[in-house]
Amino acid sequence: MTGAPNGRTLYGTAAAQPSPAPEEPARDAEELERTRAFAAIWCRAVHPAAGTPMTRPEFERYLRPLAARLRDALRAQPFDPRPGAEVGAALVHGHCTDPDALPLILGAVDAYLPLYCPPGAGRTAGEDRARCTRLQHALAAGFARALRERTLAEQEAISRAALAAQAQTEQALHTSEARFRAVFEGAAIGVGIADVDGHITDVNDALVRMFRSLDHPVAGRNVGELVHPQDSPEVWGLYAELVRGDRDHYRVEKPYYRGDGSVLWTDLSVTLLRDAQGRPQYQLALMEDITERRLLHERLRHQATHDDLTGLPNRALFFERLDKALESGGADEDFGLCYLDIDGFKAVNDSLGHGVGDQLLVAVAERLRSCVTGPHELIARLGGDEFVALITGPGAQRDVTALARRMLDALAEPVRLDGRHLSVRASIGIVDGPVGELGAAEVLRSADITMYRAKAAGGNRYEVADADSDARAIARHDLTNCLPGALDNGEFFIEYQPLVRLADGTVRGAEALVRWLHPVHGVLGPDQFIPLAESTGLIVPLGRWVLEEAARQARAWRNDDSCPLPLRVNVNLSPAQLRYPSLVAETVAVLDNAGLEPSALCLEVTESALIGADEEELRPLRQLADLGVDIALDDFGTGYSNLSYLRRLPVSTLKLDRSFTRGMQCAPADPVDVKIVEGIVSLAHTLDLSVTVEGVETGTQADHLRILGCETAQGWYYARPGPPERLHALSLADASS
Amino acid sequence: MTERPAWAPQGIDLSMPSVSRIYDYYLGGSHNFEVDREAARQAMAAYPGLPKIMQANRAFLRRAVRFAVAEGVTRFLDIGSGIPTFGNVHEIAQRADPRSRVVYVDHDPVAVEHSRAVLAGNDRATVVAADLRSPDDILGSPPVAELLAPGRPVALLLVAVLHFLQDADEPRKAVAGLRDALPSGSLLILTHATEQDGPMRPEAGERVRGVYQAIGSPLCTRSRDRVADFFEGFTLVEPGLVPMDAWRPEDDGPGAPAPGGMDGRAGAAGFAGVGRKP
Repeated sequence: MTGAPNGRTLYGTAAAQPSPAPEEPARDAEELERTRAFAAIWCRAVHPAAGTPMTRPEFERYLRPLAARLRDALRAQPFDPRPGAEVGAALVHGHCTDPDALPLILGAVDAYLPLYCPPGAGRTAGEDRARCTRLQHALAAGFARALRERTLAEQEAISRAALAAQAQTEQALHTSEARFRAVFEGAAIGVGIADVDGHITDVNDALVRMFRSLDHPVAGRNVGELVHPQDSPEVWGLYAELVRGDRDHYRVEKPYYRGDGSVLWTDLSVTLLRDAQGRPQYQLALMEDITERRLLHERLRHQATHDDLTGLPNRALFFERLDKALESGGADEDFGLCYLDIDGFKAVNDSLGHGVGDQLLVAVAERLRSCVTGPHELIARLGGDEFVALITGPGAQRDVTALARRMLDALAEPVRLDGRHLSVRASIGIVDGPVGELGAAEVLRSADITMYRAKAAGGNRYEVADADSDARAIARHDLTNCLPGALDNGEFFIEYQPLVRLADGTVRGAEALVRWLHPVHGVLGPDQFIPLAESTGLIVPLGRWVLEEAARQARAWRNDDSCPLPLRVNVNLSPAQLRYPSLVAETVAVLDNAGLEPSALCLEVTESALIGADEEELRPLRQLADLGVDIALDDFGTGYSNLSYLRRLPVSTLKLDRSFTRGMQCAPADPVDVKIVEGIVSLAHTLDLSVTVEGVETGTQADHLRILGCETAQGWYYARPGPPERLHALSLADASS
Repeated sequence: MTERPAWAPQGIDLSMPSVSRIYDYYLGGSHNFEVDREAARQAMAAYPGLPKIMQANRAFLRRAVRFAVAEGVTRFLDIGSGIPTFGNVHEIAQRADPRSRVVYVDHDPVAVEHSRAVLAGNDRATVVAADLRSPDDILGSPPVAELLAPGRPVALLLVAVLHFLQDADEPRKAVAGLRDALPSGSLLILTHATEQDGPMRPEAGERVRGVYQAIGSPLCTRSRDRVADFFEGFTLVEPGLVPMDAWRPEDDGPGAPAPGGMDGRAGAAGFAGVGRKP
């Protein structure tokens, strides 16, 4: 069990639990006992410091043969101290390697070996003491030599292991490096490596090809030089965090200049590589060329956000920008919006065709585009002839009216199209204010309403939104929105107000008056919705419905045998209906369907609708009159009437406005009123027209009118407007009276 | 075995101390370099009784391996085996039963190479380079797969290794993964450093942990309950989870000091236990 020449042998043998050598035979039992007693004492002294994994009993058993060898060496003749060295080595091999154990080993030998192994015959105690001392010297030397051998062997073993591990790592690194090289060189994506100062050390062929930079190599440049005006705002912040070590990775879309100056768009992924201590060492950039994809995307995006015809931003982009402008809540952020609609554009389209209309729109777009003074202003086409301008940023509220003026000015000069000069007029609704108060839909609705206000005020102007006009318009707007549905839902109904012959007080017919039973607002009179129906065109179907309904009712009255006289029905005709081309045909059809002769119907037309009408416009009325339909001039006296004109009109009745007869409600009657009515009646009779008086409220009034020669009266004195049955009852009562 | 690209390992930096070589130094070995000894000396300056703790740990290992063999378990999977010093598992086990088979696992490439050298010629013992944090790598290695052949119980040794896994490393998940691969009747032999009722004053414990933190192998001592959690799915054999020196101490004779030696409390610096998988 001497020092092993190399680690393997050392561990193959010595490192294994050392087997105790067989105890050498003692000469007698008493001597054996004494030797064991020494080994026990020796063990007790040494074991705590030995550092051996052996338990104490094991260690004690391990020490017994060593004790015996010392005992025998002490006695041997001639004396030889070398077994002491072997014992020292054996202790080391028994993993008693702690230098602190050596004094304990020697101390126990010195104190107890001579005591428990007394000298044999023929030797003095002094001689034994000297032998014991020499044995200790040899033991110490053997211990030291074995420990040195062991230490050297273990150092060599661990060094070999470290070398082997390093060699293996290097081999793996080499393999890995070769593999990485292959990836690096063969990759389709661009790979670049730079240090944390930005110095680019390696780039692969794919990257060089992407940059088209054979003349102006990327490698050797600094990452910091590769700025591009279209870099996203955060990209250099991410870069700084990465090279500082605060971030291990980032991925962005980044543009670069190619060698030829064109732009290269990349999907860039950068990873920080750290050294073993975690310090930032390199940055690895992987980039994919997405230039084509991006161009395609941009083209699609442009298509999706711009108007095909004019090339202006479209509705989608405008709303995107408006939403963004309205939500970016800086303290001094304003916005201003001009909503522009070309006055009379429909007429251009209708008269000159859509081709010209489109060319006009392109020309208008071009002029409006020229009004833009900076990136904070946007002109978009919402559709049709509607354009919109948006200003954002501080002062937008102030600048928006200037912009509106510029837009009107830009359109002032006529547009030349195919040798024609087309004047362009436009109405602009302006909405402005601080951001964060209104939503996009509200802003646009307000602008729309305000634009209509500008149109109503004559057009070719701008108006600025204010809350009151908005509110009125919105109420109107709401009713307008409900109108079409109301007709489908049967929300309209008709009341009838009797027309009474003054001469004998008999009921001769009734005026059909349309009502709207609005689900929220209750019953609405014609003045509340007829103008809306006229402005939206709904008046045509609504008028047709009233005519049909009234004709049906007249038929019903006539079918009732108990009814003494054939009752007529008066139906109001709005100016819009007058221009409706099928008016005559539809009216004839309605009468036919109801089985009514034309004289059972009287159409009431307002005076104002006929003022200035030329012969062409009067033709439908004249045709109806020729067929036998009565035509009454409603509200006579409220407009400026050219009385001479009256004879050219195909009317058979004048309906005198109530304002003329109010002075006759009491006795005595207002003499001026009496004179006027007298004059009108006289004139009417001269022209062979009958006179109907509206708004008769008292019997006195009725008497006056009868005396003045008026033919027919209508008013609360006789009956308020009511359901058709009431009229029937009235008529019966009248006959029986 | 899982197919993975053989990326180069982290380079071996011999200027960094290694826990395996420090451990060897505590035990009086010379399989270490000056950087290791310097780290060990710093730790020992904080708590001079560290070698005794390591000896108590080694003594438990020896008793537990003998117990396993006595229970008929002769297959050993020693994870975190470190530098093979005297009194290794294969020596103890093969002495008790020459048919014993041992697979050592460590993630320190130097320890692995050293083990390879020591075990050359021993066809019943081998070493695998793998990390306890990736139990699938361990289970996927051919020697371990072979060792874990169904039907033969295995002693899984996690001796003085789990305290090098932080909670973020999910040590319970790693142990559970290994447990699930063990045949029924297998044993878990485990020691774990603790500061609960241990011999070190808190400041000393703090300084010792500081040394390990500095060398990049932070030490995560755990309470008895947390250590007991590792035995989920095992039934602890008598005397349960106890201080290292209290686990089936061998008869060292009347009046003998505890295996911790001069400092009788060294064994309390770690909990030791053996569990059996039902």
